[in-house]
Amino acid sequence: MNPSWIWLTIALPFAGFLVNGTLALVKPDAKRVVSLVGPGVLLAAFGVAAAIFAGLWSQPPEESIVVPLWAWIGAGALEINLALQVDQLSLVMLLVVTGVGSLIHIFSVGYMHADPGFARFFAYLNLFVVFMLVLVLGSSLPVLFVGWEGVGLCSYLLIGFWYQEKANADAGKKAFIVNRIGDVGVMIAMFLIFWSIGSLEFTDIAKRAPEALAVGGTLVTAITLFLFLGCAGKSAQIPLYVWLPDAMAGPTPVSALIHAATMVTAGVYLVARTSVLFAMAPVSSMVVAGVGALTALFAASIGLRQYDIKKVLAYSTVSQLGYMFLGVGSAAFTAGVFHLVTHAFFKALLFLGSGSVIHAMHHAYHATHSHDDPQDMRNMGGLRKDMPVTFWLMLLATFAIAGVPPFSGFFSKDEILASAFGRGAEHPIYYVFWAMGAVAALMTAFYMMRLIAMTFFGENRTGEKERAHLHEAPAVMTGPLLILGVLTVVGGALNFPTFWLTGPHHGLESWLEPVLAPAAKLMPVHLPHGATEYALIGAAVVIALLGLTAGYRATLSRKIPVAKDAPEEVGFAKVLFHKYYIDEIYQSLIVRPLVALSRLVLWKVVDQGVIDGLGVNGSGGLARGLGWLGGRLQSGQLGLYVLVFVVGAVWLLHAVVR
Amino acid sequence: MVNFLASVNYTGWILHVLLALPLVGSVAVFLSPAALAKRLALVLTIVEFLLSAPLWFMVNTASGTMELVATIPWIPQWGISYAVGIDGISLMMVLLTTMLMPLCVLGSFSYITHREPGYYALLLVLTTGMIGVFVAIDMFLFYVFWEVMLIPMYFLIGIWGGKNRLYAALKFFIYTMAGSLLMLVAIIVMVRVAAVMGGGKVSFSYFHLLSYAQTPIMGRLAPWLFLAFFLAFAIKVPIFPFHTWLPDAHVEAPTAGSVILASVLLKMGTYGFLRFAVPFFPNIAFSSGVTAVVTALAVIGIVYGALVAMVQPDIKKLVAYSSVSHLGFAMLGIWAASVQGVQGALMVMIGHGFSTGALFFLIGMIYERRHTREIDAYGGIARVVPIFSLILTVVALASIGLPGLNGFVGEFLVLIGSFKQFPIATGIATTGVIFAAAYLLWALQRMIFNKLDKPENEAIPDLTRRELIVLVPLLIGIVWMGLYPKPVLDRMEPAARRYILTAKGLPIPGEAITPTRGAAQ
Repeated sequence: MNPSWIWLTIALPFAGFLVNGTLALVKPDAKRVVSLVGPGVLLAAFGVAAAIFAGLWSQPPEESIVVPLWAWIGAGALEINLALQVDQLSLVMLLVVTGVGSLIHIFSVGYMHADPGFARFFAYLNLFVVFMLVLVLGSSLPVLFVGWEGVGLCSYLLIGFWYQEKANADAGKKAFIVNRIGDVGVMIAMFLIFWSIGSLEFTDIAKRAPEALAVGGTLVTAITLFLFLGCAGKSAQIPLYVWLPDAMAGPTPVSALIHAATMVTAGVYLVARTSVLFAMAPVSSMVVAGVGALTALFAASIGLRQYDIKKVLAYSTVSQLGYMFLGVGSAAFTAGVFHLVTHAFFKALLFLGSGSVIHAMHHAYHATHSHDDPQDMRNMGGLRKDMPVTFWLMLLATFAIAGVPPFSGFFSKDEILASAFGRGAEHPIYYVFWAMGAVAALMTAFYMMRLIAMTFFGENRTGEKERAHLHEAPAVMTGPLLILGVLTVVGGALNFPTFWLTGPHHGLESWLEPVLAPAAKLMPVHLPHGATEYALIGAAVVIALLGLTAGYRATLSRKIPVAKDAPEEVGFAKVLFHKYYIDEIYQSLIVRPLVALSRLVLWKVVDQGVIDGLGVNGSGGLARGLGWLGGRLQSGQLGLYVLVFVVGAVWLLHAVVR
Repeated sequence: MVNFLASVNYTGWILHVLLALPLVGSVAVFLSPAALAKRLALVLTIVEFLLSAPLWFMVNTASGTMELVATIPWIPQWGISYAVGIDGISLMMVLLTTMLMPLCVLGSFSYITHREPGYYALLLVLTTGMIGVFVAIDMFLFYVFWEVMLIPMYFLIGIWGGKNRLYAALKFFIYTMAGSLLMLVAIIVMVRVAAVMGGGKVSFSYFHLLSYAQTPIMGRLAPWLFLAFFLAFAIKVPIFPFHTWLPDAHVEAPTAGSVILASVLLKMGTYGFLRFAVPFFPNIAFSSGVTAVVTALAVIGIVYGALVAMVQPDIKKLVAYSSVSHLGFAMLGIWAASVQGVQGALMVMIGHGFSTGALFFLIGMIYERRHTREIDAYGGIARVVPIFSLILTVVALASIGLPGLNGFVGEFLVLIGSFKQFPIATGIATTGVIFAAAYLLWALQRMIFNKLDKPENEAIPDLTRRELIVLVPLLIGIVWMGLYPKPVLDRMEPAARRYILTAKGLPIPGEAITPTRGAAQ
């Protein structure tokens, strides 16, 4: 298919949004239509994407194909077209978003079936895909920004989907506002780029940046750091990661689609998209890699001590996003994108799998009117017998994320760590980043196996009566899981390393080459070779197996109490359980002081007290006071008039004579 | 269409008709019985809008200067004329006004229940005043329209307002009057000086005064004259710290009053800067001291307005303070004097007219049902009034500046256009987008999300068809100007460029050094 049809991939979900949105308002119980239209438009969009991809497969474009739609904003030298960009990078993202998106839409038909907001849910979900595609297809920063903020909006709406609970509405709002902090970074980066490079089009930026900016200069460093602030918001990196764990308040398919597979990876995409700028700014790249490594480690450690199955996965996502930034910060842009893709497969699988578990738990508790927490892993255990399909698939995904060969995550994570190690030859600090990544990998294997063990192994803790109601999810849910399972297992084939049996193949690497070459020229990646390479791989495999074994042993070695009987955490475990108290710190250092300042000082004192009280009403009062004085003088008593007259006359005389 | 309009000499009479129709109509409305009065007012405002709509095609905005100029001597011995004209900037302001007025009338149908003929007549008088301000090119005429607007607004608040209406009305009146009187003095001084310089020719013509504004004598007086104009317009915008009349006026005004106040009246302040204060005295306006003060006040307004908005318990006050924040962006763009900055300021003015107008309509509609503006009196009503909640959300998002809706275009242009000149100030101003999200989303959550925990909220009826008719045009504008603002921007750009050239004291291409055309004809 001709790439000029690319707009169809956006128009289709948009049509779905309109249909489902209208039904949500007019006829919310039209579930059959919704369950056809919702996933249908996505599958169609995936079809279009695949057809365009197939057309370009044999002859990949040397330069991005820009498909203009209409002139959007024009003022002086600033001319922004609403245009879509088809190239190797945007095609990869397009396929992931529509492909994984389709599977999650289908899964949602089963998962959300009993929800009264069924139509509204699919309307939001379709709208999300619209904006996500604008994000990855936009040919300039402002158009990307439309999608960037739009996905934030949909995230806000879907996190707060069950808005009757204040906690959910709070979480949605928090996500939007924290993201906005990052968005300020993106905006300022746009201003800097416009005034230094003169264009906000990605192709222009890539072409002109090397001439317009000095390598390693203050300007390019500032631009990239501001861009990265935006990435830290959208992709949940330190210090702006706090919204993502709360975002789990949304329905589980939302967590899979938005908060694991697609939206949260937008930051990684943005770095890859502006790779030339980052390649020109070694300091910024170091910051990106460092923040990524730190986030990977930090979030993984929190994941060690969470009991809510989705919270574990949420911190795991934060941690894995950290790996991606470690990759792109090490100039390994392909590796970052590669991990983005494999992560989309296995993390979507893990989230949907957890959704399947929660679905079963919820039904069991619902059947017996119990109020226990269906997401707390302490209430699970032994579920592999009741839900074998979910169990096996989640286990595969766990191997993938832990980095066991030959599952997909092994290849992508290994490439990132190898690149970081390789960059250590130039900047030794990257060895530290690599070590942090390796330790985080150990933790990852540990907490994932802990999740599997608590959920699926050991004896069941759900409850006597409830146990009978536990059952595997319907085919509409397990079907998408199966497909994701296949992708999780074979996804590594996208970019096999050179040593692998297939020989020097490098699928993704050579596919993305035309887009990433300018950056690679500026900042080449030196992957370790020979003995070092094999040692690194060996270490990675050992770490993964060690973590998995330890996680399994440690979890099942002692009896796990059910959630309501669980003792209080003590010591460092308590700090981990409370996520290092970061939320509490932000709350008491930033949020509460700001609200108090606004209310007590700015509004009550400055506005009402000083400006309005003293200034406005004060001057009114002054005028009234003077008027009153003047009025008192007109008393009608002749004596007073004479007195005033005489005093005045004497004073005047005195003044004249002197 | 164009041929037909040309054949009836549309461009020859349209401005006069737009000014006369509401004024004449107001008499008829005032004398009609209540039921007829509101319908007549609706018809008149719709006709007014339909008449004004072809201006979109018929004004040659490419020239960047006043078109459709007509000058009729009024008080010749004082050099006062009835002189009107329209350029790209005025065009958008006029269309914004004529588009809003039918909605204001229709939106008042159930809100206003007593002394209706007077109410609707005042709305019509107000229409004439507002259009007059935007098309007057004689300083005396401008001043008359500027003051004419005050009186109907004073009565609208004072008679049909809320509990504390008299205080608010008086505050509004005295505060804005104080500013405008200073401006009148400045205008008279300018006319006198120009007369002395120009060999005794007394004229209030805008272009006449503009051509003498750069003379040495005027130069010596300029700081004081600029200060007078500045105060008049700063109060109107309102710029921090001249803003405290606004929350009171908004809270007490009836819905349509709030809408007009926010959507049109505030824009007269920024319009005044663009048309008069800056072009008359560019050397003062762009002196380093004044620039520093204005940009500082603009940025303070953006952040301060947003923070104070965040903690308001009354939703109308929240929106009022949000206006202070939004108009701060416009001021920043005007003082940046770059094409993007000025175009952005204009887009902020128009965009704010749509989104804040719609917000006040929505607040009025929910107020009619529950008779409270306390945010905490609501909660969880999205389930009860889904359509209201949907529209409120969209409008709030536009106000937050979500790209794809209209608020973003103006803000983005202002910020990108100001960044080169004022990087620090713009950087701080950009953080305003965080606070905007904070105050509106927090209010939204407390009103339509959370638990539906108050029994009195359980049976609120959703929007009626009449209310939807009021809101839909605004929604269309919000989406249209978010996705395709180019036709609007293109029409304003030549006038914006002209402003920039004047502001920078540069010659305007193709014209003599003294821009005296127009009035001289």
